[in-house]
Amino acid sequence: MCLAVPAKVVSREEFLAVVDVAGVTRNVSLMLLPHAKVGDFVMIHAGFAIETVEEEEAGRILELLQELASYEHER
Amino acid sequence: MNMKDSAYTKRAAGLLTEGISRLGAKPMRIMEVCGTHTMSIFKAGIRRILPETIDLVSGPGCPVCVTANDYLDAAVAYARLPESIIATFGDMLKIPGSHSSLLAEKTAGADIRVVYSPMDALALAAENSGKQVIFLAVGFETTAPLVAATILAAKKGGVSNLYFLTAHKLVPPALAALLKNPLQSKKIDGFLLPGHVCAITGTKAFEFLSEEFKIPAVVTGFEPLDILEGIYLLVKEIAAQECRLLNQYSRVVKENGNKDACRMMAEVFRPAPSNWRGLGVICHSGLVLKEEYGDFDALSSLPVELFASVEPAGCRCGDVLTGSIRPPECPLFGNKCLPEHPVGSCMVSTEGACAAWYKYQAGRWQF
Repeated sequence: MCLAVPAKVVSREEFLAVVDVAGVTRNVSLMLLPHAKVGDFVMIHAGFAIETVEEEEAGRILELLQELASYEHER
Repeated sequence: MNMKDSAYTKRAAGLLTEGISRLGAKPMRIMEVCGTHTMSIFKAGIRRILPETIDLVSGPGCPVCVTANDYLDAAVAYARLPESIIATFGDMLKIPGSHSSLLAEKTAGADIRVVYSPMDALALAAENSGKQVIFLAVGFETTAPLVAATILAAKKGGVSNLYFLTAHKLVPPALAALLKNPLQSKKIDGFLLPGHVCAITGTKAFEFLSEEFKIPAVVTGFEPLDILEGIYLLVKEIAAQECRLLNQYSRVVKENGNKDACRMMAEVFRPAPSNWRGLGVICHSGLVLKEEYGDFDALSSLPVELFASVEPAGCRCGDVLTGSIRPPECPLFGNKCLPEHPVGSCMVSTEGACAAWYKYQAGRWQF
């Protein structure tokens, strides 16, 4: 059961948070992610936030894509 | 750079696909061990763009499918208890037991409620103090901490009519058993690892694949680009004859995982031997409630009469779950076993390999 969706924390009160998933809000528990802050992006699974989503490391991906693109020129 | 831009996505997907074809020139066998990956891979059409040299197989990544019939039979027995409410994730409803299914029981009048979260079961218990609520706690490391947190909340709230029929399983011991299995005829060259299980456990829980078995693995996310990137990194590792554990899903998965979630799992559960369809009993691969939380354990605190379970005749789910056969190679696939009338759980679970193959490939959409 790896079905989890990213959501933005809109508000929190103790261990309950309201999150926004593309405009739809719902309540989730922060029991497993007690340090989540308003404004964080978190992964939601079955009513719980299970991890924060860090901003994608653009550098890492760009490097990978550059490496791949370099082979195009060899053809 | 806007990574949501469709031009970027197309370019990245194209480059990754070419990279996979270029490096995947020699035959190799990759196993993904997450039902959500199985489904996502089909949905994104990734199978059709992989070169034929890459054999992408599904492993024991569906927690419902790897649970033997005795669990479902117990759930049915609880559903038949008077004054009981079964709270369950939706995909359990159609799973066939030895003689019945939860959907059949619901049709016959049992009070079975589909819930989104184990916390919904807690709410049901509070709203129905005269009844016993039994939550069907199935899932890997992504779900077990949620159940643990719910039990802790229930204990704190003094809830006494909530029970858990648990069948939680752990992924790393199953992979080790798969690799040590003398009957495993086909070699696995690399693994795509389940991103959200790893979000909980951390990547370190899977380092044994590299260190002990010298097999490369990539922790992979679930968006189509994540999966393509994961496959590319894995194919590159295999082609270079390296065996590192890499993390493609680093925006969510950290080396040490979610410590709060792991702490709660360890507080409420202890490891125990568990029976895996297709793999047999594996030590330390299941989770059972610790004695101090025994009041919440359905089997010990709310005993019910159980009958001997039978596995369905001719069902090859076990072989599908170990990647030994592909779903269409099961003689029952597509004829006796269909989503509308399944013989085994792989055909009806939302994470089942057979369900994925039937819906997306060998079913109506075959051209």
